[in-house]
Amino acid sequence: MKIAIASSGNTLEAILDKSFGRCAYFVIFDTENQAIEFIPNPNKDVEENAGPASVQLIASKSVSKIVSHEFGMKIKPLLDSMKIQMIVLKEPGKQIREIIGMLNH
Amino acid sequence: MSPRIKTIRKVLNPPTIKGFKPYGPESFAQDMEPVNLLFEEYEALRLSDYDMLNHHQASVMMQVSRPTFTRIYASALQKIAKAFVEGRQISISGGKVYFDSDWYRCHGCHCYFNNPHKNEAIVNCPLCGDRQFTSFDYDNMNLEDKTLYNDDFFVCPHCGFEVKNQAGIPLNQQTCPDCNSLMN
Repeated sequence: MKIAIASSGNTLEAILDKSFGRCAYFVIFDTENQAIEFIPNPNKDVEENAGPASVQLIASKSVSKIVSHEFGMKIKPLLDSMKIQMIVLKEPGKQIREIIGMLNH
Repeated sequence: MSPRIKTIRKVLNPPTIKGFKPYGPESFAQDMEPVNLLFEEYEALRLSDYDMLNHHQASVMMQVSRPTFTRIYASALQKIAKAFVEGRQISISGGKVYFDSDWYRCHGCHCYFNNPHKNEAIVNCPLCGDRQFTSFDYDNMNLEDKTLYNDDFFVCPHCGFEVKNQAGIPLNQQTCPDCNSLMN
């Protein structure tokens, strides 16, 4: 099962990004083989519709869950119809390493 | 004999405001009990008079029977008329409703998560695996979290697929992308 995390950097020490659509990097974590992939977000500086574009990118990686600090109003119905689970973590400053540790419960 | 249990009503969006206040002579509105409009009554009014659906379509959206919808709607009109005539405040709250996707809050890691597969029950938190979580109550949500519910979309009455509302295209001319039947 693949899980996407919105990250503010491309290292495991980076923290969870404040936004999903305009986060710096997406972390794709595969729970089966523990593979971690960092994808730079092409929609980082887009003026409009960064969220839906990011959802398309994430959906193409067949992700089933997304961890983010926040989900915008355009994204929620999209993810609902794609049956992707949203996890809202309201803890600023959480490192990607810690989140992956939690996912390996 | 206890009354029959009410079916839970589905509300797409909570109202953007908490109620209405009359204006005019100050003393008039003071010390009067406000009229409590329930969320389901607000939703009935919205579907019927704002989205211009007929009672049958609206009842499908709220997942109640057509007669029940008509009763909710009649009660909404009665309450609003009462508030207008008597100069009372209207407060919009309460009611046996749920807001679309079910949300939960984990006790272990304090994250919020939804259940995209409505037919399957959630066993543990998807993030930390804690089994302690509670279903998330809209009334206890802070303003930041309310953005999660600020979307507007229709539910296909045939298969339950959710389609985002596109302004300008009447619902009854749209076809459902999932089952290809007309959305009316």
